[in-house]
Amino acid sequence: MEGKKTIEKKESRRTFLKKSALASTFATLAACGSDTSWEEFFQKNFRTLDDDDKKKIIERLENKYTEKYGKKFSVSSKDPIDETLFGYGLDISRCIGCRKCVYACAEENNQSRDPQIHWITVLEMAKDKGVDLFHSHADYDRELVPEDDHFYFPVACQQCENPPCTKVCPVGATWKEKDGIVVVDYNWCIGCRFCMAACPYGARHFNWAEPDVPKDEINPVTHYYGNRPRMKGVVEKCTFCIQRVREGLYPSCVEICPVGARKFGNLLDPDSEIRYILKHKRVLVLKEELNTQPKFYYFY
Amino acid sequence: MKFINFIKESFKVIMKGNKYYYVWISSLLLLIIWGGLGYFEQLKNGLAVTNMNDSISWGFYIGNFTFLVGVAAAAILLVIPAYIYHWKPIKEITIFGELLAVSAVIMALGFVIVDMGGPFRLWHMIPFVGLLNFPDSLLAWDSIVLSLYFILNLVIVTYLLYMHFAKKEYNKKIFNKLILLSIPMAISIHTVTAFLFNGLAARPYWNSALLAPKFIASAFCSGPAVLLILFQILKKTTKFDIKQEAIEKIAELMAYSMFLYLFLFFSEIFKEVYSNTHHVVHLKYLFLGVKGHNDLVLYAWMSIIFSIIAFLLFLIPKTRKNIITLNLGAVLIYIGVYIEKGIALITPGYSPDTLGQLYIYRPSMIEIRTAAMIFSLGFLLFTFMSKIAVEIIFKDLNINKIPKQS
Repeated sequence: MEGKKTIEKKESRRTFLKKSALASTFATLAACGSDTSWEEFFQKNFRTLDDDDKKKIIERLENKYTEKYGKKFSVSSKDPIDETLFGYGLDISRCIGCRKCVYACAEENNQSRDPQIHWITVLEMAKDKGVDLFHSHADYDRELVPEDDHFYFPVACQQCENPPCTKVCPVGATWKEKDGIVVVDYNWCIGCRFCMAACPYGARHFNWAEPDVPKDEINPVTHYYGNRPRMKGVVEKCTFCIQRVREGLYPSCVEICPVGARKFGNLLDPDSEIRYILKHKRVLVLKEELNTQPKFYYFY
Repeated sequence: MKFINFIKESFKVIMKGNKYYYVWISSLLLLIIWGGLGYFEQLKNGLAVTNMNDSISWGFYIGNFTFLVGVAAAAILLVIPAYIYHWKPIKEITIFGELLAVSAVIMALGFVIVDMGGPFRLWHMIPFVGLLNFPDSLLAWDSIVLSLYFILNLVIVTYLLYMHFAKKEYNKKIFNKLILLSIPMAISIHTVTAFLFNGLAARPYWNSALLAPKFIASAFCSGPAVLLILFQILKKTTKFDIKQEAIEKIAELMAYSMFLYLFLFFSEIFKEVYSNTHHVVHLKYLFLGVKGHNDLVLYAWMSIIFSIIAFLLFLIPKTRKNIITLNLGAVLIYIGVYIEKGIALITPGYSPDTLGQLYIYRPSMIEIRTAAMIFSLGFLLFTFMSKIAVEIIFKDLNINKIPKQS
């Protein structure tokens, strides 16, 4: 009997060793040049986890980032606030194309500096052409803005009510939250870039290489679905500064805008500024015919 | 036990060959290593080593994927006329079609994997283990139909070859049905792959209802083009006695489907050019060049001209029966369809991008090397499998021959 038992034990130990060897090889391969741990590799889709599991992950990430950047990191997983649906207004008659929002966004949201990722694209348009994307320039380079006879048209994620990007994701790594923000679980994204093909606004950006943010420039106040450090091979996008707006702050682009062209608020609150704009201004949404129903309103 | 023998003998078959065989195999292996080292660079440094960017976020890899799904589908579509016209070595035609399908699906999947930002996270797509976004995502559909198609073809062809090897009669009742099932499956893989692009309203160039029919029509040309040439080689070198009429019939059918493709193509050109909306810019980019960017113009015209010439060669009975013009047509069609899906499908959809910006995309050396790795791997597999099939079917390698030797 005893002999038999030891054999069984040995075998199970052997299979266990085999299994763990296999798993660790797999995880090591997966890590290949990055710092993904075994636990992180087998982490499930964040949306499907219960609060305990979420907490463990958050803790692990906070420690990892704190160690990596030498700054105390916080990673929030704060849920949407009830009775809130975020909307954004952009006054195209005010925007001067200074791109302050572009850089404030990159700093707030820890976008990679090299290769450079920007969530906001400002398009320069000739006044005699009107809102004509094909004749617009994203790469304008002027000493002084605004240029005569031109106006500026910043584009970022339009936070569609009917987002084509989330529908196409084969693994459900991106979805629309209750407060209307479209988020990505970076750890679940497989990097197929189907969402980038589906987005009509060029709002999704891919980490073609390992993102690089200098230690002294990193923003340690983060949200799991927002500005926490990303890894190579995953898609990211504007989240209306989810780490800020769910705490009652404005997105950083709204705060930085020197001409007050950017407005933000709760669409469900009849007294909000955004509702005032919808009521009193001439409002348009980009590519209305696609029925994406943006919550990003251009007005003039 | 017998199956182990089958595997063992198959292995022996692929290890043996003449001088040319060894040269062929070793050059493929060299290409795999050369390409594999390139792919390793990509794994290490990320997709930044490709020339894709946020504007043109799919490129050479996805183009090749689409083309190969077409080849995989069409290899089986050849079974339909084989049944309808009662071409004699129907089982043999089926087997080689299936082998091509299996190799093409492997290559297609290979191209999807190398295009992933996180290839090791692909387990997220496994139902129940991960989270497959079915039925919303067409990529979920594609992964399902491609896997099923792969398994189905692999099972059928392995079974048929094994039974031949074991000198047993195969179960006609079940297997003829499975072969018939592979036909709608073949259509479904290419339809779903077309729908991947077709469903994206953000990309007017792909958002055309004619995309799937066009895919199927042109695939019906490219897949048989490969088999047409293979069948002739087999006929010359083995006991494969496909009738010349059958080969000509394949060419004739290719002419019809090429006609259908060209018709759909011109319908689309008409609609875009005549209505002259903003959307015509993608076709303009492809055929004329936009803002001085005319990278694809030469390829685009080449594809159309080759396709038209091949159509005429296959349509006219005299050139269809002439072995030189017949094979010329097959090669032209293959190139034409490769350009159509591999080069002229993806980039123009992104040029200009959704915000009207125009960037230039040319595959990088790493992309070319990675592609070379996958193609060589596929060719190697196809060579091995075909050699086994030839040995078993035409040279009568079977179970009874083994014990005497050992």
